Amino acid sequence: MFSQKVAQQSLRRLAVQQPYAMRWSMMGAASPAAVAIGKNVQTRQATSSTNTEDPTQILAKQRLNRPVSPHLSIYKPQITWIGSSLHRITGIALSGPLYLWATAYLASPLLGWHLESASIAAAFGALPVAAKILLKTVMALPFTYHCMNGVRHLIWDTGRALSNPSIIKTGWTVVGLAVSSALALALI
Amino acid sequence: MASLRTTSRLFAASRPMFRPAALARTYATVDASTVDPNASKQPAMKTFKIYRWNPDKPSEKPQMQSYDLDLNKTGPMMLDALIRIKNELDPTLTFRRSCREGICGSCAMNIDGVNTLACLCRIPTETTQESRIYPLPHTYVVKDLVPDLTHFYKQYKSIKPYLQNDTPTPDGLENRQSPEERRKLDGLYECILCACCSTSCPSYWWNSEEYLGPAILLQSYRWLADSRDEKTAERKQALDNSMSVYRCHTILNCTRTCPKGLNPGHAIAEVKKMLASH
Repeated sequence: MFSQKVAQQSLRRLAVQQPYAMRWSMMGAASPAAVAIGKNVQTRQATSSTNTEDPTQILAKQRLNRPVSPHLSIYKPQITWIGSSLHRITGIALSGPLYLWATAYLASPLLGWHLESASIAAAFGALPVAAKILLKTVMALPFTYHCMNGVRHLIWDTGRALSNPSIIKTGWTVVGLAVSSALALALI
Repeated sequence: MASLRTTSRLFAASRPMFRPAALARTYATVDASTVDPNASKQPAMKTFKIYRWNPDKPSEKPQMQSYDLDLNKTGPMMLDALIRIKNELDPTLTFRRSCREGICGSCAMNIDGVNTLACLCRIPTETTQESRIYPLPHTYVVKDLVPDLTHFYKQYKSIKPYLQNDTPTPDGLENRQSPEERRKLDGLYECILCACCSTSCPSYWWNSEEYLGPAILLQSYRWLADSRDEKTAERKQALDNSMSVYRCHTILNCTRTCPKGLNPGHAIAEVKKMLASH
C-alpha cells in the first residue's frame, strides 16, 4: 500500500505544479516514479518522421509474402458469372473456327484440300442421322446462346432489366431459348 | 428478449470495474437457461470449415480447418458462430468485425461461396451440410479471414469521393437540392464499402490494379449524379479510358452479392451511358 500512496502523492504534486501535464500522465506517458524524481518532461515524436518509406513500396513488399485467397474455384456457381463466361466461351467457339476455316479455305488450292461448299455438303450428307443432328446441335448452340445473350447485353446497356430478379429471369430465359432454338435448328 | 451470458471468463472478475455486466457485448453464445425448453435437447452440431493462413509461418500453405458448434447454443448469424469459435474453441482464429449489424462492413467474407457480411448472414440450419468460410476472393490475405484492402481504398481515394464545388451559394448557406435531385442519390449513398461486390467480380479479379471495380464505380456514379457537384466533366474524363470503367463486362455478380441490396451493376450502366453521351 506504501507504493500506492507514493504514486498518489506524486500525481497530486504534478497536478498542482503542472496541470497541463496531468492529461499525459494519465495516459501513462509519465510514470508516477518519474514524476516523483522530477523527470516528467514530455517528449513527443513528430508524427511525420515515423514513416518515410513510400507506402506503395511497402504494399509491394507485403504482397510477396501473402497468399492470394481462392476465387474461381470456391465461388458459388450462379447464372450471372457462369452465363457471362459461357458468353465468352461461345464467342470464341464461334469466331475461332471461322478464322481457322477461312484461313484453310484461302490456303486450300495450294495444299490441294477440297473445302468448297459442294464437297463439304457431300461429306456431311454421308454421315449417319444421329451424327448429323449432334454435329448441327454443337454448331447451333454457341450461335443461339451468344446471339440471345448479346440481345440481353444490349438491353442492359440501356440501363434496363438490371434488378436482381430480372437478371436471373432473363438469364434462364436465354438458356431455355438458346437450347430449344438450337435443337430446332438441328432438326431442320 | 433473450438475456445473453458472457462468453469470456478471462476478465470476468474485473469486468464490473469497466462496465456493468448488463452492458457487456456478449451475443455470440446463447445462455442455456434462455433456450426454449420445448426445443429438442438433441445438440444440432454443424461443421464450419474455415480458411486459415498464418503470416508467422509463411512457408505453410493456407488450409481449411474444421470446427464443430452446437447451433442450439449459438446465435443465429455467421458472425455469432465465428465469435463463438474464437471465444471457446480457437482464440487464434482471426477476422474483422465491429458493428454486428451490417453498417461497418468489417466482416465481409465469402460464406458458402457467396460474398456477404457475416453479421447479416444466417447460419443455414441444415446441420448435415458444412459451412465453408473464406476471405474475400482474390485478395491478398493478411491472416486467416482478413484481406488486405489497401489497394481498394487507394482506388476509392483516386475518384475524389467528396463534393467539388467552388461557387459560393447566393445566400452563403448550404448547397441546396430539390427532392428529385436528392432522390437520385438513393441506392448510392448507402454503400458501406465492404468490398463484397468488387471481390465477387471476375473482371476485378483479373484486372484489380487498373479496373476500379463495382464498389468504386458506384461511388463514382454517386458523385456524377450529385446535382451540387461542379466537376462532372473532369470526373467523366478521368473514367474515359479502356480500363477504369470498360473492364466491366456486365457479369453482374456485384448486384447479385451486395449485402446491402444496392445495385452496382445499374450504377455502372448509368456511368457508361453518361460517358457515351458526351
